[in-house]
Amino acid sequence: MANPNEVKLVAMPSKNKLPERDIDKAPILEVAHLGIDFGGLTAVDDFNIAIGRTEIAGLIGPNGAGKTTVFNMLTKVYEPTRGMILLDGKDTAHMTTVQINKAGIARTFQNIRLFDKLSVEDNVKIGLHNNTDYSVFSGIIRAPKYWREEKKAHERALDLLGIFDMQDLANAQAGSLPYGAQRRLEIVRALATQPKLLLLDEPAAGMNPSETAELMDNIRKIRDTFQIAVMLIEHDMNLVMGICEGIAVLNFGKIIAKGTPSEIQNDPVVIEAYLGKHKEEE
Amino acid sequence: MKKLSKKTRSGFINYGLILVFFLVFQILISTGSITNSLKGQLIPICAYMVMAVSLNIVVGFSGELSLGHAGFMSVGAFTGVIVSTSLMNAVPNTGLRLLLAMVIGALFAAIAGVIVGIPVLRLRGDYLAIVTLAFGEIIKNILNCLYVGYDKAGLHISTKDIASIGMDETGVTIVNGPMGAIGITKISTFLAGVILILIVLFVTQNMMNSRTGRAIMGIRDNRIAAEACGLNVTKYKLIAFVISAAMAGAAGALYALNYSTIVPKKFDFNTSILVLVFVVLGGMGNIRGSLIAAAVLTVLPELLRKFSDYRMLIYAIVLIVIMIATNNEKARAIWNRVFAGLGAKPRKKEADGNG
Repeated sequence: MANPNEVKLVAMPSKNKLPERDIDKAPILEVAHLGIDFGGLTAVDDFNIAIGRTEIAGLIGPNGAGKTTVFNMLTKVYEPTRGMILLDGKDTAHMTTVQINKAGIARTFQNIRLFDKLSVEDNVKIGLHNNTDYSVFSGIIRAPKYWREEKKAHERALDLLGIFDMQDLANAQAGSLPYGAQRRLEIVRALATQPKLLLLDEPAAGMNPSETAELMDNIRKIRDTFQIAVMLIEHDMNLVMGICEGIAVLNFGKIIAKGTPSEIQNDPVVIEAYLGKHKEEE
Repeated sequence: MKKLSKKTRSGFINYGLILVFFLVFQILISTGSITNSLKGQLIPICAYMVMAVSLNIVVGFSGELSLGHAGFMSVGAFTGVIVSTSLMNAVPNTGLRLLLAMVIGALFAAIAGVIVGIPVLRLRGDYLAIVTLAFGEIIKNILNCLYVGYDKAGLHISTKDIASIGMDETGVTIVNGPMGAIGITKISTFLAGVILILIVLFVTQNMMNSRTGRAIMGIRDNRIAAEACGLNVTKYKLIAFVISAAMAGAAGALYALNYSTIVPKKFDFNTSILVLVFVVLGGMGNIRGSLIAAAVLTVLPELLRKFSDYRMLIYAIVLIVIMIATNNEKARAIWNRVFAGLGAKPRKKEADGNG
């Protein structure tokens, strides 16, 4: 394609495999040699990954491996020290967090970040903000456009809340929701921004096994309905192995393994990172 | 849709409240059963109500502590006086002239809002508060050395002294440095004040219930999440700040045109704090609370006049008692029981974000 950066990237050796249905298309996200230093500490180094258009990808690793840091770099909460991020073939080097969202990445947060004092519906409507098209002035004078767009946003918000059967909670205050519902609302709000790639930071944290199973179904449903890619950080191995098509394992800021769930489960390097070295096998 | 109608209803109650306030005092005035001192307070009450609602946009909805709100009021006040005096012959109709004074006052305050807002809104929390405080003092000091006169040739402006502005014999001094604006024709009316409040309520309430308002409140609740949702944080903070400044400017024009002279010192730090007290007492993000607090606290010092020397002491005690009564859990529980006993709806514990 026209982008010279992309040509350079294709030539680079990449170990991870895209799902078969995505193989003919350009990946939605390509990351090359991404790294960040905090002072003298290298938090993430030489991070390479490619994610297919409709892939569900997993990023796992022990605590402190740098997983959330990767998400923060992808969304420009942190400015990467090195490397390149191509979103849908476009270089994101000079983009801000806001522009990244408009370009197609939406995310949730490990420590939930909702608009606590606003209603559930308003939280989703803020996600819909850039797709609700009327000016400050027509909002004040209540122009016909205001009513039209607000009606559209209201219906769209309820549709999106319907993914998790949360329509009944639309008028509840977001901060007063139970923990699991807050996590689900964050996903709905992220989806409302119409992303091409959805980043989920520990979506199943604090959920019980049946809630987790439901979440797995819903993540698949989201992928199938919206035809978007999902990348998730998760410690719940049942969820990761159950829904991810490609997995990258991060340890001490470096990728130590990439592959399908079965490959990862049997990779001695991964087992070592999680469980430590087995003495008798030396 | 239920929530929407609730918000809309709350907005209409506010309009109704202001209309009742207007009618009651209008009747009192026409029957002559109102003291002159209270009658003189009506326009300042209107101006302070507008100030409180406008500061609430910044402090309550946008979540930034601004300590220089009186600065915008003074920009509007002095602009309004200059407009009014210089258009004395061109626009003989006082109502129209007042309207022009308020609109141009609001415009200049909005420009000041942009100039201050762009650098200031990069700061957060305490730093922002201190810089807005400094801005209020700067405006006051600029006005202290501002000399404006008007003659056949138009406006003359100087920052040196009144002699150096070079007016001919027909000249009228409008602003005379530390002496302030002098020789003002009083053209503010109670009706104009009430109309201004209604317009400010209309703008504020409709804005806060639109995508702009949601963005402003979302940024207050969680800045990082707002950015991740694609909201331009600086833009919406600036919109809130500038609209608030414009409203304060209009209030300033209304206020100044109610007196024959007005000094820059009137709009010092104490006035900013006074308006902040209205907002805090009425509840952050609670528009009705701001209106009531502004009215009560403007009248209170007048009512306490008979305590002479102890006036401010009693004022402070009343403030503390109101704060405790409205923010203490136990006191509120008692309130709720009283209201429940009266068959009224108990007050909701958390602020709704839009009163």
